[in-house]
Amino acid sequence: MNTIAISTPSPTELVMSRTFDAPRALVWAAHTEAEHLRHWWGRGNPLDVTIDFRVGGTWRFVETADGTEHPFRGEFREISAPETFTWTFEYEPMAGHVAVETFVFTEEAGRTTVTSTTRFTSQEDRDGMLQSGMEQGANQSYAALDAYLIKIS
Amino acid sequence: MTTADPISGVFAALADPTRRAILARLAQGEATVNELAAPFPISVQAVSKHLNVLEKAGLIVRTREAQWRRCRIEPAPLRDIAGWVAQYRLLWEERYDTLGTYLDDLQREQQ
Repeated sequence: MNTIAISTPSPTELVMSRTFDAPRALVWAAHTEAEHLRHWWGRGNPLDVTIDFRVGGTWRFVETADGTEHPFRGEFREISAPETFTWTFEYEPMAGHVAVETFVFTEEAGRTTVTSTTRFTSQEDRDGMLQSGMEQGANQSYAALDAYLIKIS
Repeated sequence: MTTADPISGVFAALADPTRRAILARLAQGEATVNELAAPFPISVQAVSKHLNVLEKAGLIVRTREAQWRRCRIEPAPLRDIAGWVAQYRLLWEERYDTLGTYLDDLQREQQ
């Protein structure tokens, strides 16, 4: 039950879904407030959190793992509390490779599901992908490609 | 923003359904441009353009034997992406497992 469901609806998008035994307000706060984020986002590693949670505001998290600092940064694009927010995401050593991530929070019977959609490419590539992703026949070629990926991995 | 890094180039190349279909065909074995063009309602020239994009992304290689150019799929970039997705999943599993425990602790404290 508490595992991540992951899918790749197109080659440039990754969708993840995870359900938590907690009300939406709390899960939302855990994703958007520094005092909560530093308890989990670093996966048990020390995490330095700077966050200005408003549209146009920036964030920067520095995770220290095995003595190395891993800085991540981005900017908030859209916020509609407590349902959804979108931020840009960049790993500083790979600067310029910007992902756009949208988090959607839904509550049912006291449990909250977080669904995140990550788009990995530049604006131009993403627009091209969105247009082409709708076309018929894509699923068939994916099935063949999936089979191939299994074969080579 | 830039698409200069290899993963972005591969994603961009994979973003087009014709190019994915070409790769799916090449996953079955080598083919010439004419063989690749046959199933599509587009010209050989248009298929050649797609092949240029795939070649630039490192997803295919083209060999020249006499005047026949054969195309073959290059698995490394796809394997990189598959590996990258697996890493990403592992990262978020750890992150969300930590969050799950943290939320449980918080709610226990509140009670």
